[in-house]
Formats: sequence, structure tokens, C-alpha cells
Amino acid sequence: LLMPLRVVQKPAHRCIRALKAVQTEHVVPQVYTRRSSSAPVPRITSHYTICPRDKDPRWEGVEMERFADEADVVIVGGGPAGLSAAIRLKQLANQHEKELRVCVVEKASQIGAHTLSGACLEPSALNELIPDWKDRGAPLNTKVTEDRFAILTEKYRIPVPILPGLPMNNHGNYIVRLGHFVRWLGEQAEELGVELYPGYAASEVLFHEDGSVKGIATNDVGIAKDGSPKDIFERGMELHAKVTVFGEGCHGHLAKQLYKHFNLREGCEPQTYAIGLKEVGLDYTNPYLSPFREFQRWKHHPSVVPTLEGGSRIAYGARALNEGGFQSVPKLTFPGGALIGCSPGFMNVPKIKGTHTAMKSGMLAAEAIFSKLTDENLQSDTAGIHVPSYEESLKNSWVWKELRSVRNIRPSFHNYFGLYGGMVYTGIFYWILRGKEPWTLKHAGLDAAQLKPAKECTPIEYPKPDGKISFDLLSSVALSGTNHEHDQPPHLTLKDDSVPVAQNLAVYDGPEQRFCPAGVYEFVPLESGEGMRLQINAQNCVHCKTCDIKDPSQNINWVVPEGSGGPAYNGM
Amino acid sequence: MAARVLVGVKRVIDYAVKIRVKPDNTGVVTDGVKHSMNPFCEIAVEEAVRLKEKKLVKEVVAVSCGPQQVQETIRTALAMGADRGIHVEVSGKDYDTLGPLQVSKILAALAKKEEASLVILGKQAIDDDCNQTGQMTAALLDWPQGTFASEVTIDGDKIKVIREIDGGLETIKINMPAVVTADLRLNTPRYATLPNIMKAKKKKIASVKPGELGVDLTSRLEVLRVEEPAQRQAGVKVETVEDLVGKLKEAGRI
Repeated sequence: LLMPLRVVQKPAHRCIRALKAVQTEHVVPQVYTRRSSSAPVPRITSHYTICPRDKDPRWEGVEMERFADEADVVIVGGGPAGLSAAIRLKQLANQHEKELRVCVVEKASQIGAHTLSGACLEPSALNELIPDWKDRGAPLNTKVTEDRFAILTEKYRIPVPILPGLPMNNHGNYIVRLGHFVRWLGEQAEELGVELYPGYAASEVLFHEDGSVKGIATNDVGIAKDGSPKDIFERGMELHAKVTVFGEGCHGHLAKQLYKHFNLREGCEPQTYAIGLKEVGLDYTNPYLSPFREFQRWKHHPSVVPTLEGGSRIAYGARALNEGGFQSVPKLTFPGGALIGCSPGFMNVPKIKGTHTAMKSGMLAAEAIFSKLTDENLQSDTAGIHVPSYEESLKNSWVWKELRSVRNIRPSFHNYFGLYGGMVYTGIFYWILRGKEPWTLKHAGLDAAQLKPAKECTPIEYPKPDGKISFDLLSSVALSGTNHEHDQPPHLTLKDDSVPVAQNLAVYDGPEQRFCPAGVYEFVPLESGEGMRLQINAQNCVHCKTCDIKDPSQNINWVVPEGSGGPAYNGM
Repeated sequence: MAARVLVGVKRVIDYAVKIRVKPDNTGVVTDGVKHSMNPFCEIAVEEAVRLKEKKLVKEVVAVSCGPQQVQETIRTALAMGADRGIHVEVSGKDYDTLGPLQVSKILAALAKKEEASLVILGKQAIDDDCNQTGQMTAALLDWPQGTFASEVTIDGDKIKVIREIDGGLETIKINMPAVVTADLRLNTPRYATLPNIMKAKKKKIASVKPGELGVDLTSRLEVLRVEEPAQRQAGVKVETVEDLVGKLKEAGRI
């Protein structure tokens, strides 16, 4: 069931606004009404990435040396892409009787605990990676038997036929609990000799003197909320590798740094996202919109209620997903490293599937890296090894063909006729012509730039949750099992502590208090009475990355908290 | 100088996870749920490691009873500084009915076998909240016990323990060998950092079966039913004291 947001509310207005959004170029509005407040801005951010420790007197004399270890390949992120890469590397190593040390670091306390998805898995990549997955007990048990696609209006449901050949057709696919599938992949990886380290987050990229990537460092532990060292402070550890593979999932924070450092996004479009709750596009323009509450409202639609009635809510979670597809894929390799999975973003949007392409990208990276590392005549200009053959092999694989054929479907919805235009376009150009048209449509630009100032939009009245089908936010968040060590600097860092009130609240009425699916951001009145301040409830964070994506000022920088903090999803 | 400390560690459902009762009401859902070391056991391990760092004990041995997965918990203890581990293999039905009595029999047998002079445990586990294992172990060994310890000082062959009790703090001096159970304020446990986890992979974990220790695991308890706590009823707001008294009388409370 696809629920395009636009159809639920005033279709005509929405379409015209959509057109206007397309016309305004991706420029962050420079309207900056600085409230002249005499009250100083309360200090929010104390993380060392914003407040450096080398000048901080509280850190004088603290031992900052890090223990370092060497591996052949270090993989950041134990999700489908990272584990597929690890498995493939070890398969090749065992096949060719070569020694290869492969280490995977994962911020969740156990493999799969931060994995969230629908999920409808296309087994193509799995069939290539582990052909006997059924005998090995992979948790793919539920084959898709029926597909239904419809447009929902306020009260009614218009069914749309899914013709074979359309990307939404799920014949041959499996409904899986992706967290359990990832856990199973982890077990396969360990059996092959991969070193898995859940509970340890990669927080820093390390560079050689020649600028190539040297490896990563895990997070420091034992820093108090105000940024000072506690008695139990310990430095993270450095893991050096010939090649470091980054598979952090959608909008990874180290990937964000790497894009800037190596200019990997030159020549590709900015990535656009959705939040999986499921699924509300993040390119919405009304700052009064709350994806969580839209989801609650959707559950009450007459055609949805019968499926949910009588059930009880046992889990909750949220995660951003990338929707940019073909146009938004950056450069994938740089000296010393490579990007795989949803981090660069290979999701097939109309199919709503990215797991199979993520896995395949991991496998292709592994193959390219393996041949490079075992090449006896290897000559590298840089200490960290560059593997551009990975990008080449990806562009020659079915992943690229698939992404290319659907590249124009989502952008085709950004037109005057909105949803209907998009469907007509898809019908003609995809179903009949298989995406072979010569032109490539563009996206609307950065999601963060799509918000219009609050005064140009109307606040949305959301119905109260009924406690049976729809629920309030905080009780939902408790079900995610999320928790963080409370005495640590908030990992949702602000480049400038004054911007949330001075700009986000003033111009956009504080959209962060609405788009965060975990209630992390709250605007509360100042103790002195006059004005507001932003309160960050970092412990609630479910690591979805929506705030880093949608903040109109792009002031929020999500960094990794102490390892093993975050949600405790079980087979989500 | 005391030679060996035995520390018991229990693998429990992580404290931040929302517990769900199984649909058949026989227990709670544990499959795939995040587990970690019992917080009081972490404090016990920390105390043992500190004693070793002060050179008051020679060796710290971490023990856990359960299926294959408890080895992760023992590894965490090893990463915090324990020297070696002992995994007492208990699984299936035996594990479901494993309680303080069985565990204390196992620990008593191990304490004798390993010639430990000190057994440090957490005061209670956060899943069953029994607060019995330490006390039972001491009784089975006929050793003195210092429970709810918020401070432990070794003085020759005696231990001074400051205990947290209802009325405040009680200081006692007990002879070694002894059993001590750790309370919250005893210390702040260190992190198991990645280099230590890597080093811990090289430390030994020996496996042993309860039968080899001469322990009978039969339980004298049978769990009949597990239920969620009753839903909290909505309260009623009243305007005046008279209303309040009236409502209480109606409900038969006064």
C-alpha cells in the first residue's frame, strides 16, 4: 500500500506547492531573524567534535594515546552490506588459501539490534552469496503470495492493478524480519572467521600523511555530560587497515565526513530521503508536519483498520532511507576506502527494496578489494589502497542496470499533476519502455531546503491517539528499547547552539520537535521566563538520522554515541 | 595474601529493554532480546579486579551458569580484568528452572574446588530480584557473609565490610574465607574496551557440567504462570475534601 502524502490533504494546493518547490532552487533561505535576547544562549553541545579538547583545561594531563591494531580490511557497520562484504572476503580467502584478517565494528550491542526495515527481501544477492541459504537455516520463511497496490483518499481506497513487470511486483520475494536475517548473516560471517565487534562504534576516520584513509578509531568512553573526563575515561582504539569499507547505512556520519574530505558528491545530485515508519517522504514542505503523527493517522484509514484491529503494539522503530537512487550515487572509492550499501544509497525506490542491492555492493567491493590485496605486483601511490575497480564492477552489474531503469520514476512525481502524472509516466516509460528513455530527471534538491517558513503554512491538527490502533510517541519510543549512558555529551551536536531558537524556532516553528520519531528535541521555556531553549533528550534517540537530514539550518550533526547505546530492536 | 577470588556473573535481559510476556504465560520472551551482564555482577567484577590491582589477591576467576551464550558474559568479565573463566553448562529445561539454590550449590562446589578465599557476587539479579544466592552460598560453605557491601577492605586475613542497611550503614569485620555481595555504591565499573575484548579472546574459559561438581539441579519450585502487571486504572479527580471522603466511603475503604 502506497500512501502518497499529497493526496490525503488538499490535492490541488499540494500539487501547486510541489511545482513551486521544484522551481525554487536548492538554496537554504538566508532569512535569519536574530532575536536580540539579552539572555545568553544556554550551552547545549559539549561533544569534543564541536568543543575541542586540546585547549580545554579539564583535559590537561589526560593520557590520550590510543592502542592500535592492524587488519587487512576493516568494515564499519554490521548490516546487510557490511556482513555480505565480510563474508565474501573470507569466502575468497578460504578458496584461494590466503590469510586475510577482516574486522567488522558495529555500534549496536548485538548484530541486528539497530536493523529496521519492512522488509520484503529479493533473494537475488543472497542466492549469489550463499546459494545453500535454505539448508543453513536462513530465516526466509514467508514467501509473498499476493500484492496489493492502491491510492488512499480521505475515506476511500482506489485499487491500482500491479501488472507483471512493474517494480512493485513481489513475485519470488520473501517477507523477512531483517534484524533476524542480519543476525543470521553475522553467524555465517563468524563461522568463516570474520572478527565481529558489536558494541563498538567507529567514531573517527584516520588518515595517513598522504591523505589516504588509514582506518578508524572507536569511540572514547567515560566522558561526562559536560564534556569533562570521568574516572573511568578510556580512549577508543585504532584499527588500521589496507582498505576500510564504510557500510553505515542511510546517511552515515563518517560517510558525511568522507564526502566532504574527498569531494565524493561532485557531479551527483544531493541524496533525498524518506523516514521509514513507513513511508513518509522527507521532502515535505510544511514544517508543521509530524511524520510520526501522519503514520498514526494513516493507521485509522478505513481500509487499513481491519488489518490492525485486535492486534497489540509490541515494537516500534524508525529509520531514514535513501530515495535518490541513480542520480544521487556519489563516487564510491577513495584512497584507502570504499562506500557500500545504503550509505551511498542503492535503494530501488519504486520497488521499495534496497537490501539486495546493498548486499551485492558489499560483495562487489569484497571481490575488488580481494583481487587488489592479493595482487603480487601491487603498487600503490598511497599508503591506503585505492580500489577503483569496485566502482567499475558496480556500474557493470545488475545493480546499476536496475537503478538506471527506475531512475525517473520518483522524480516524475514532482510535476504539476503530482501523483497522477507520476503514475502515467511510470506506466509509459517504465512498464512499456523499461526506463530506456534518454533523459534523466532531476530531484528537487536537498530535503533540508524544502521546508517553507512556518508563517506560509497551516498548522496540522492531528487526532489524538486512541491507544488501540494509534499511540502516543513516548510509549512507542519505550518499546524500541533504546537507551544510552545518560552521563555523556549529547551525540546530537549543534554546530552553533544559538541556531535552534534563533532560526529553526523563529522561522520554521521548530520542525525538529515534530520530525524526530523519538521525541529527542523539545522546545521548553527558559527558567528565567522569557523565551525558549532547545532541550535535547539524547537518551531517546533511535539512530534514525532524520534530524541530520531534515534540519533546515543543517546545524545538527549526528555523531556516534558510546557504543552499544541506541535501540534494542529484535528482528525488526 | 588471599590467593583466589571467585566472581559470579549472570547473563540477564538488558535493563532498558521492554519485557514481554510469552503468549502462553509460561515466561518472558528471551529469544533475540538484548542481554547483558547483570549490573550488580559488573560491580562485583570491578571490585575483584581492583583487589587484584592493589595486589591483595592473586587471581580473579569469573563463573557463569547457563547455555552457550553466557560465554559472552564471561568474556566481558575477562575484558574487565578477570584472569580466566569457568562456564558451567546448563541448558534447556534445567536452565529454565535454574534458581539461587542450584547456583549456590554450584558456586560452593567451585569455591572448594578452586580453593578460593573470597567469593564476590552481585547482591541480586535484575530479572528475578531474589537476593538469595550470596547468602545461600555462604551457608553451604559455612563461611561468613558480608552482604549489600558498599565498601570492602582486606586487612590481613580479615575483611572489613560496610553494609547498606535500612537504618544506614553497618560496619562488620569477618574472617576469610568469606562471601561478599556487591551493592550499587560499591564502585563504578570500568568499560570493557575493544583492546581488552580482543585480549580476552586469548584468555581461557573452561567448561564444566554440574554433574561433575556433584550438584543436583532439580528444582523444588515450579512456575505456574507469568502475567503482566494489571493495567493501571484511571484516577478520579475530586473538588473538595467532602467529595474525597464520600468517594472513599463508596469504595468501602473507610
